[in-house]
Amino acid sequence: MSYQDPNSISQPLTNNADASTAKPSNDFVRRVAEEKYKFGFTTDVQTEIIDKGLNEDVVRLISAKKGEPDWLLEFRLQAFRYWQTQSQPSWGHLRMPDIDYQAISYYADPTRRKDGPKSTDEIDPELMKTFDKLGIPLEERLALSGTAVDAVMDSVSVKTTFKERLAEKNIIFCSISEAVKEYPDLVRQYLGSVVPYRDNYFAALNSAVFSDGSFVYIPKNTRCPMELSTYFRINARNTGQFERTLIVCDAGSYVSYLEGCTAPMRDENQLHAAIVEIVVMDDAEVKYSTVQNWYPGDAEGRGGVLNLVTKRGHLRGANSKLSWTQVETGSAITWKYPSCVLSGDNSQAEFYSVAVTNNYQQADTGTKMIHLGRNTRSTIISKGISAGHSENSYRGLVRIGHHADGARNYSSCDSLLLGDRCGAHTFPYMDVHNNTATVEHEATTSKISEDQLLYCNQRGISTEEAVGLIVNGYAKDVINKLPMEFAVEAQKLLSVSLEGTVG
Amino acid sequence: MLEIKNLHATVAGKEILKGVNLTIRDGEIHALMGTNGAGKSTLSNVIVGHPAYEVTEGSITFNGQDLLAMKTEERAHAGIFMSFQQPIEIPGVSMTNFMRAAVNARYQALGREPLKSTDFLKLMREKRALVGIDNKLVNRSVNEGFSGGEKKRNEIFQMAMLEPTFCILDETDSGLDVDALRIVAEGFNKLRTAETSALVITHYQRLLDYIRPDVVHVLLGGRIVKTEGPELAQKIEEQGFDWIKEEQDA
Amino acid sequence: MRSEQQYIDLYETQRDLICRHSVPVLNDARAAAFAAFSRQGFPTQKVERYKYTDVAAAFAPDYGVNLARVNIPVNPREIFTCDVPNLSTQTAYIVNDSPAFEPTPFACSFAQAAKDCPHILEQYYNRLAATSDDAIAALNTMLAQDGLLVYVPRQQRMERPLQIVNILRSGVPTMVNRRVLIVLEEGADATLLCCDHAMDNVDFLTTQVVEIFCGANARLDMYELEETHTLCRRFSNVYIHADRNANVSHNSITLYNGQTRNTTDVHLQGEYAEVTLNGCVVADKNQRVDNNTLIDHAVGHCTSHELYKYVVDDTAVGAFAGKILVRPDAQKTASTETNANLCASPDARVYTQPMLEIYADDVKCSHGSTVGVLDEASLFYMRQRGIDEAEARMLLKFAFIGQVIDEIRLQPLRDRLHHLVEKRFRGELNKCTGCALCK
Repeated sequence: MSYQDPNSISQPLTNNADASTAKPSNDFVRRVAEEKYKFGFTTDVQTEIIDKGLNEDVVRLISAKKGEPDWLLEFRLQAFRYWQTQSQPSWGHLRMPDIDYQAISYYADPTRRKDGPKSTDEIDPELMKTFDKLGIPLEERLALSGTAVDAVMDSVSVKTTFKERLAEKNIIFCSISEAVKEYPDLVRQYLGSVVPYRDNYFAALNSAVFSDGSFVYIPKNTRCPMELSTYFRINARNTGQFERTLIVCDAGSYVSYLEGCTAPMRDENQLHAAIVEIVVMDDAEVKYSTVQNWYPGDAEGRGGVLNLVTKRGHLRGANSKLSWTQVETGSAITWKYPSCVLSGDNSQAEFYSVAVTNNYQQADTGTKMIHLGRNTRSTIISKGISAGHSENSYRGLVRIGHHADGARNYSSCDSLLLGDRCGAHTFPYMDVHNNTATVEHEATTSKISEDQLLYCNQRGISTEEAVGLIVNGYAKDVINKLPMEFAVEAQKLLSVSLEGTVG
Repeated sequence: MLEIKNLHATVAGKEILKGVNLTIRDGEIHALMGTNGAGKSTLSNVIVGHPAYEVTEGSITFNGQDLLAMKTEERAHAGIFMSFQQPIEIPGVSMTNFMRAAVNARYQALGREPLKSTDFLKLMREKRALVGIDNKLVNRSVNEGFSGGEKKRNEIFQMAMLEPTFCILDETDSGLDVDALRIVAEGFNKLRTAETSALVITHYQRLLDYIRPDVVHVLLGGRIVKTEGPELAQKIEEQGFDWIKEEQDA
Repeated sequence: MRSEQQYIDLYETQRDLICRHSVPVLNDARAAAFAAFSRQGFPTQKVERYKYTDVAAAFAPDYGVNLARVNIPVNPREIFTCDVPNLSTQTAYIVNDSPAFEPTPFACSFAQAAKDCPHILEQYYNRLAATSDDAIAALNTMLAQDGLLVYVPRQQRMERPLQIVNILRSGVPTMVNRRVLIVLEEGADATLLCCDHAMDNVDFLTTQVVEIFCGANARLDMYELEETHTLCRRFSNVYIHADRNANVSHNSITLYNGQTRNTTDVHLQGEYAEVTLNGCVVADKNQRVDNNTLIDHAVGHCTSHELYKYVVDDTAVGAFAGKILVRPDAQKTASTETNANLCASPDARVYTQPMLEIYADDVKCSHGSTVGVLDEASLFYMRQRGIDEAEARMLLKFAFIGQVIDEIRLQPLRDRLHHLVEKRFRGELNKCTGCALCK
């Protein structure tokens, strides 16, 4: 009869192995359990790693290694000092393992050998093989797919392709380190302007130690002729990845940007604390798509990437557009809320998300839509799919500012539960400070109905295949928003992530 | 009764009506035909005073009054009634309360005492019988959960309650099967008096088989391009609008 | 000085006085409540459940507390001849926090209960209130000296609804700690109608803790109507425990107030229990209303419905946060939650937070939340029929709120409230003038 704290039941539940093996489809379950995380290989490249630990000297060392100007070192130091005054946020619906920030190395450079510097043009062949395994079409394969790729392994941007074609249109697409050297004024103008280092604990950490990432600048009235893409991979042991992406889309321009992520299987957690900043000017449009497949840990919840990311776009200009699309299947813990600040009048923002959690994965993800300008519009479509012992939460904020006359938001957050040991949660916040705004939120929670499965079975479709079909159908609204190549990959990932969860 | 001169109107900054001239005298029924997007609904919305439509030029007088200077409800009090193409559902507002508010507002505008509750309910009963609308519809929220035919019949019921002198039937035939169409049209005919005028907007001849127009207008590209007798509707039914367009282009 | 300190000091210096004018069961619970309150203090707005209410500020002023239980010179029966048209009720009066009525078959004061049926108090008092993690519950338990017991024994049915008239009466700013315990044994059936009124134009601060036990197959219909004035602050915590196949409907109607915080926690502890939480809020001027609900599906096969509607005007603030918690194994749960708001002026604020926390897969749960404006097409349609704009807006607002009133199971009360809400929107109910239900 006593009142129990509702939070207390988010404690891990015992792993009832008997229940799953007793089911008729145990062959299938075993097969899937044995199917290793497909991208979980490590690459035997020689990597320069600085000593573990974090202090001002490390921050200075990172800055020095990258030959950074004083203003950037100062930015890092301010961020570091601020970070030291803060503590890790605990409001997420997550059981976060203790992170020993002194046990992590904050800089790993696979392009350099300890015995001496080498030209970055001569990329280690092992590294090239890694990207081959990842299926990243560097070089020629790129030409076919028409995608320009910036590949970031551990901390350093390895190679940016297609620079020349982009240069013809005066589009800048390079690593952020290079941008600091080549376009210092642009970087200085925008870096930290959307996500200030004081924004949150992990943003402060990233601002202090960020190693590399991509920089994109689309000049005025330019339509970027191809998809731009970054592929991230954490390779080295005991390293964190702290990349930083900055995209500036000037007035009247358009760019579509893709981001993919993988990591090797490690027993210990790997930390990934990234920042993505996007600036969208008048009449400009940015599409940002993510397929996140960091290593999720094993079936018992050991290891996996802690994905603690701050992504935000600022729709500065009138009539600007920004769309976030994410398919999240990886990471042991996901803590990210790709957000939009809609300052420009008539600006439009979208957030489309599919988040899948299985085994002991935990995700607390969603978005923030901050409406400041008049007649601003935002749409949120979130699909959460939970299986195994996982916890999957949508957390979102829609705020309509006092001056955002005629603003509109529509949010739809659905959860699908596969199994009775997982959790699906929805935590939307709506703050409305304007009487001409319309905000609508709806959410449902359901499971795959037995009728649906029976119907598929009767037509000769196996239960596993049926689950894949139904889940993909459920996520279709979001998948359809992805560029074609990504959509195919995302569909496969969804099916693979959930194999063996029903049966 | 109604006189429209050189009417120009825009919606969302786009000019839809580009100089409409139209005179409807007491007791006349005018049909207005035209292709989709010709401006038929814009014209009816401008007459009743929809806030989204802006009149940029021209005038509308109604029994000598400057209609454009009047609020939507004042135009209604003056005797203008529109049967909506898509009647609006208003959940939570009962038909009874809705009609009571409308009838009493009109009485007040005419300087009459509001109806007593019993008299009002009696009036509802009479008009319901006249139009043949089911009691259960009247007890529900305005148009909520009504079928397409029920909604249109409810429009005619409201017309009966409010006794307008000028009616706009905006595509009253859309979404109705032949039987429902006949019932609605007969309802309208029953309510007509010698003074009642109407503007009947339609794509098809079939409504005009029941409500015989005195004059038929064709609206194309925001202007009335042709005005003839009832036989024009028949010709359009058979041949469409292309021949009129060709005439115009020639 | 911290806002909580004056309450800590009050308790420490007046403990004997408090206990002397109370009964053993209440006194037994004080020490633990005091410890809990001293430990936690008032929640800041960083505490998730109190995000939208500044508790410390509300409790900061100096209020008088009638610890010596001085008799308040009011004969409520002379003032209130309570009678909802077509509804015959039994009436119980509570003046400030003191029951002021002769015991009726199902209701009496705690003081009376301590003599007649102490075992009921012992068995149920302070079993549900979350004193260890809610400061309001702790403070109320620490200070409450008397209260109202409603006890309906097994298989008994209250023939007439019980109307509880809460009267605030004082010449000086006053704090009131009201306590209500409602026990419905197996198969019992009761209807309660509670209304809050303030008779004097001074500051009132009310804490209220209502504990409701609804036994197997029992049925409770409860309506709380607040109709006070802008100087009244109300912090009410309602805890509901529902056993197997119990059916509980709790309706919270805020028509006129200053600042209101209603916490409603429902614990569905027996299968096939069903709960309905409804709320409607009409707030203008600088009124604040914060409804925070938790529906805890601890076992399977239970059903919950929740509907809250707000119309917020002028510089008023409306907040709603509702959590549906479905615990592991609470399979076959069905739950709906809806919160709809009309923000009627440029300076009004609306916060809404509908939450689902679900740990079982075979469930049907949905929630929806809207903040919007009156429908332009409806307004135009009404104006075309000759209804002027102000009247059309009034009718739409009334219709909007009316959907919650329509959920009320008691027909005469439903009619009465429709009438009251309409009066409220027409500005004819500007200030509490006694019991609006009865006039």
